[in-house]
Amino acid sequence: MDSSFNEDQKQIANQARRFLEKECSMTYVHAMVEDPQGFTKEIWTKMAELGWMGMRIPEAYGGMGMGLVDLTIVLEEMGRAVLPGPFFSTVLLAGEALTELGNDAQKERYLSGIATGETRGTLALYEPEGGADPAYIKMQAKSNKGEFVLNGTKLFVPDAQASNFIVCAARTAAGNNPEKGITLFLVDSSAKGVSISPLPGMDGTRKLCAVEFKGVSVGKEGILGEPNKGWKPLLKALQRAQVGLCAESIGGAQRSMEMAVEYAKVRVQFDQPIGGFQAIKHRCAQMFLEVESARSLLYWAAWAQDHGDLKEAALAASAAKAYCTEVFKGVATSAIQVLGGTGFSWEHDIHFYLKRAKANEVALGDPVYHREQMARFLETADLSQIL
Amino acid sequence: MDFRLTPEMEEFRKKFVSWLQKNIPEGERGSSRAQMVKSIEEWGQTYRVFQKKLFDAGYAGLHYPKEYGGQGKTLMEEFIVMKTIASTCLELKGPGVITHGMAAPTILTCGTEEQKREYLPRILDGTHIWCQGFSEPNAGSDVANVSTQAARKGDFYILNGQKTWTSMAQVSDYCILLVRTDPNVAKHKGLSYLLVDMKSPGVQIKPIKQITGESEFNEVFMEDVQVPVQNLVGKEGQGWMIAITTLMFERVVGDATMAGAYLRNIRTLLEMVRQTKRSGKPILQDPLVRQQLAQAFLEVLVLNYHGFRNISHLLKGGIPGPEGSIGKLLWSESNQRICEAAMQMQGPYSQIQMGSPWAIQDGVWQYMYLRSKGNTIEAGTSEVQRNIIGERVLGLPKDLSRAARREGK
Repeated sequence: MDSSFNEDQKQIANQARRFLEKECSMTYVHAMVEDPQGFTKEIWTKMAELGWMGMRIPEAYGGMGMGLVDLTIVLEEMGRAVLPGPFFSTVLLAGEALTELGNDAQKERYLSGIATGETRGTLALYEPEGGADPAYIKMQAKSNKGEFVLNGTKLFVPDAQASNFIVCAARTAAGNNPEKGITLFLVDSSAKGVSISPLPGMDGTRKLCAVEFKGVSVGKEGILGEPNKGWKPLLKALQRAQVGLCAESIGGAQRSMEMAVEYAKVRVQFDQPIGGFQAIKHRCAQMFLEVESARSLLYWAAWAQDHGDLKEAALAASAAKAYCTEVFKGVATSAIQVLGGTGFSWEHDIHFYLKRAKANEVALGDPVYHREQMARFLETADLSQIL
Repeated sequence: MDFRLTPEMEEFRKKFVSWLQKNIPEGERGSSRAQMVKSIEEWGQTYRVFQKKLFDAGYAGLHYPKEYGGQGKTLMEEFIVMKTIASTCLELKGPGVITHGMAAPTILTCGTEEQKREYLPRILDGTHIWCQGFSEPNAGSDVANVSTQAARKGDFYILNGQKTWTSMAQVSDYCILLVRTDPNVAKHKGLSYLLVDMKSPGVQIKPIKQITGESEFNEVFMEDVQVPVQNLVGKEGQGWMIAITTLMFERVVGDATMAGAYLRNIRTLLEMVRQTKRSGKPILQDPLVRQQLAQAFLEVLVLNYHGFRNISHLLKGGIPGPEGSIGKLLWSESNQRICEAAMQMQGPYSQIQMGSPWAIQDGVWQYMYLRSKGNTIEAGTSEVQRNIIGERVLGLPKDLSRAARREGK
């Protein structure tokens, strides 16, 4: 039983911290929030050179074949910096889906491009009714002479504006079990019939888009995984993305706490630093408690994706997703209160953290959804196997 | 990073689980029901018998040196044993919490060779129960305000004063006692740490009836109580330092094992929501109950993996770090939230206590709910814990008005 990082992993964290402090300043964040693409090619290329895009991609496709634990180390630092841009959509959504479901040709075509930084992707999952459950996937893909034709609207698609391709989940067969009859498609973002329009998302560091599919034809080469059996493997990819969001959330929560604590030490009112007052001190202590507890859960969840059995991995992902994202939101909210009027201003960086926290909270299943998954686990579980 | 036990440790765990199954006294399995129907004296006796069994089987003081009655193994084995007990029959160890969590580690870390040989074997084999005499009527969260006097007279200290909230004093053989040996120096510097025989003449114990109706804790009055000077731990004036620094290691184990106890509570809760019906359906089907159930489980998972992280840190030779300081807050506050949720799920039945056929699960949640109110007060209130985190971990300044008042005194 060992929940510590090895020397290589500590090295990864240090390198990521140094790189992001230099390349992803808050000036950059402010600028990217206003930028329609939301990232610069310069930083993207540099990150690819560091190998970040390919950490989880198998070596055969130009990656490093590392575990999720390793990637979460970098993600934590990215969350700390509220790094803008399509890293999450490309690496954790499209990338993980391809790793899980892709055939050789698809992996060769897309994963290699992701690893070098040339290709960016995303996942179109949610529809206008919202919701993380497979029952909400209603968009139709009709089979037509060996091809499928996609029609419908996908919402809340992260950073589709920056993508070269989209992994799209659509319904290819009807039935009582909503998990069955879902097929995943690889669609070029510039394909005929695909239109991408930005949504005015609250979190400007990660753009959200509506993607319309009007009679989009996808050939055999664009079917990702087995037809009608896309949900189960996708769920495994989604779990890793959920854990990724948790890592990012911990990094963001940690930085939010630090901003509040630094301010509480220097801001003087009633002749003393406000951090001396228990009303502020206890708020800060609570932030620390929550960040550290969430971190403990995150490490387990990341490890369980790499080494746990399927049930443990699923439970841990849901537990972490519910807890870590609520912690991020709570800590960012509390930090704004400590920062007072300053925290409410656009000038200060804290609002980017709150907005990211709100986005992470509802992305890939909100806490209510994930607690329901945990309740389902409890109904059938042998608890002695987990703890 | 690896959250599994090594094959050797897994083997050890399995062996202990099967030993425990054979050695739990009849009626001590399941939830805390067993504790509720016992007198404190009976409870203490059950503990002594169980501890002796653990000792005889080689499962007591796993990480203590052999010369003091331990097994000379690591904290890992101790953690496995403690957590397994917590998830199976925590109450059997209840009266020994101070004994093993505070008295033993303090004696081991700061005691003289004679003290270690004298007391540790009899702690580990269940002969002695210890209580803790820190709190006084005017020294609660402000522990350094202790005013019980210990005056040196020849080879003895003569004690006069009063302690309060002293858990298990009525069944204890010894007490770790914080006393004032020098009234003329700053509050923290005039304290000393004594090992006191509770059978000494002049010690008087008065149980205090608590919120649950039982009396775990007591007032302890001391009038001209003689304590041999060789019962001093450390040096005169080191009492404060010993009291606050020696407990951190052991606290981490105690905190980490609480997840085991709460896991058992989750099992009890699951059983409750399956059996309790509303409108003909188990309340497990109610979406709100499902959320509360999952949230309770989530808090136990947090506690569990936070405990793993702390133990792993210590096993790697670390000292209890900032992550260790939040364990107390985590277990005490999550227990209260879990009990609160269980009570809410019961609706009007939450009012019915043990002793009625209408009581849900023999009223165990009513008992645990009330008992949990003490969790955020005993062993350092949540407020004190948050001060510690704020000041010692985050480096926030002390409250200047508090510091000024202290100066003015």
